[in-house]
Amino acid sequence: MPMKRYSAFAIAREAMRNHTGWDRAWARAEPKARYDAIIVGAGGHGLATAYYLGKNFGITNVAVLEKGWLGGGNTGRNTTIIRSNYLQDPSAAIYEKSRSLYETMSQDLNYNVMFSPRGVIMLAQTHHEVRGYKRTAHANALQGVTTEWIEPARVKELCPIMNIDGPRYPVLGGLWQARGGTARHDAVAWGYARACSAMGMDIIQQCEVTAVRQENGKVVGVDTSKGPIDCDKLGMVVAGHSGVLAQMAGFRLPIESVALQALVSEPIKPCMDIVVMANTVHGYLSQSDKGEMVIGGGTDGYNNYTQRGSFHHIEETVRALVETFPMISRLKMLRQWGGIVDVTGDRSPILSKTPVEGIFVNCGWGTGGFKATPGSGWAMAELMAKGHSPLTDEFSMFRFREGKFIDESVAAGVAH
Amino acid sequence: MLILHCPCCGVDADETDLHAGGQAHLTREGPGSSDDDFEDYLFLRENPKGVHFERWRHVYGCGKWFLAARCTNTLEVFGTYPAQTTEPPQHIKDIISQKRPGWSWGNFS
Repeated sequence: MPMKRYSAFAIAREAMRNHTGWDRAWARAEPKARYDAIIVGAGGHGLATAYYLGKNFGITNVAVLEKGWLGGGNTGRNTTIIRSNYLQDPSAAIYEKSRSLYETMSQDLNYNVMFSPRGVIMLAQTHHEVRGYKRTAHANALQGVTTEWIEPARVKELCPIMNIDGPRYPVLGGLWQARGGTARHDAVAWGYARACSAMGMDIIQQCEVTAVRQENGKVVGVDTSKGPIDCDKLGMVVAGHSGVLAQMAGFRLPIESVALQALVSEPIKPCMDIVVMANTVHGYLSQSDKGEMVIGGGTDGYNNYTQRGSFHHIEETVRALVETFPMISRLKMLRQWGGIVDVTGDRSPILSKTPVEGIFVNCGWGTGGFKATPGSGWAMAELMAKGHSPLTDEFSMFRFREGKFIDESVAAGVAH
Repeated sequence: MLILHCPCCGVDADETDLHAGGQAHLTREGPGSSDDDFEDYLFLRENPKGVHFERWRHVYGCGKWFLAARCTNTLEVFGTYPAQTTEPPQHIKDIISQKRPGWSWGNFS
């Protein structure tokens, strides 16, 4: 579907004619009988996968199926943080690919995703973290990821509202990634959706997959709430519901689904122009463009599909952050929500072939998937088109039985 | 707030008094097991949207472990029972069958 480009000229033109000329951002579609590839899940990762299938491999006979509304799952529920300061090489490769794609995403998609490379600090508040982050800084230097270890005085300079002399968790320094930051999460999904639609792909909302059809160990299609659809290749990109979909296809994933929460305060004047992650106290903080303090918390300890999460986790998160950010003790909290995150044993994602030929799975991003959206889509598209990708080779779902973990759970590159 | 009845000490315990211990009724494989069985035991877990069986510990109470049958979709609790069993007791299964006809979980239904 041809689409008018967004530009300053288009805004001026529409301003002159009372904004009557804006088209739908993407086309409403009904399913066709058959596609070359079907992506289940129209969140950021699913839409990015479809986009790079078209852009990098010319595969445009693609449908993206979404049981709810586009970007209504974890894509719209995260704290929008982008960074790539991971310890292990495979993680750094895919997250840095992703971060670099964010740099030009607004131009690539002709959609303003408001990428704001304002800088991310991972605070070190224990001696263990000091050693861990110095090690990560060295690893990042070898991986070509630009990060640096900074001393407490520099932390204070970057974030004046922080109390670095707290009695329980003094700030001992931090791992600073100057080109990390945030982006508008909804716009990432909307921008990809628009670009996919422009390439002729069908984005079909309120279309729930109810069964996965196979013949001789190969996928042939899916049954949906809008009828059966045939396909050659199927990409499952459904985060928290990956286990449910895998069960339909007849295999199991090393994944458990838990609720992860976030909350925002009332809007206040600008007071903090970077992102701070404080892993020891399990909280992270940034200020949105609207002025709200965006606070991310911890996951519940038990399996859950309710998109709410337990109240006491919020209390723990905020209580812990107050020592380091005393000013938030006077803030009223405005909204709280939860998303269902898919957590693997080594806290690293799965981008993999599956026991069923033609089915590929992209899941397990757990508590940190938003930052990976473009890189994940890029790698997943290559995997689906060519059968392998240098970015996904290490992220196979079979790595657990082989003992080839990508262990970020103890590497302090992950907040939880 | 999730509230579970501790079958060991009889207290209705708040979530904050409990520690979640993951999936219940795991078969603990040992030496001589196949690779498939070991992968199952170590890494693969039931992750249903619906009926689930879990281990919990009444950590700020009597300190004992027990098992719970719960719905992960609604947070409804079907019942709790002592940990010294390899499958859910019949009365728990009956309650679940009444509320979730046709349920299945692992080898149980």
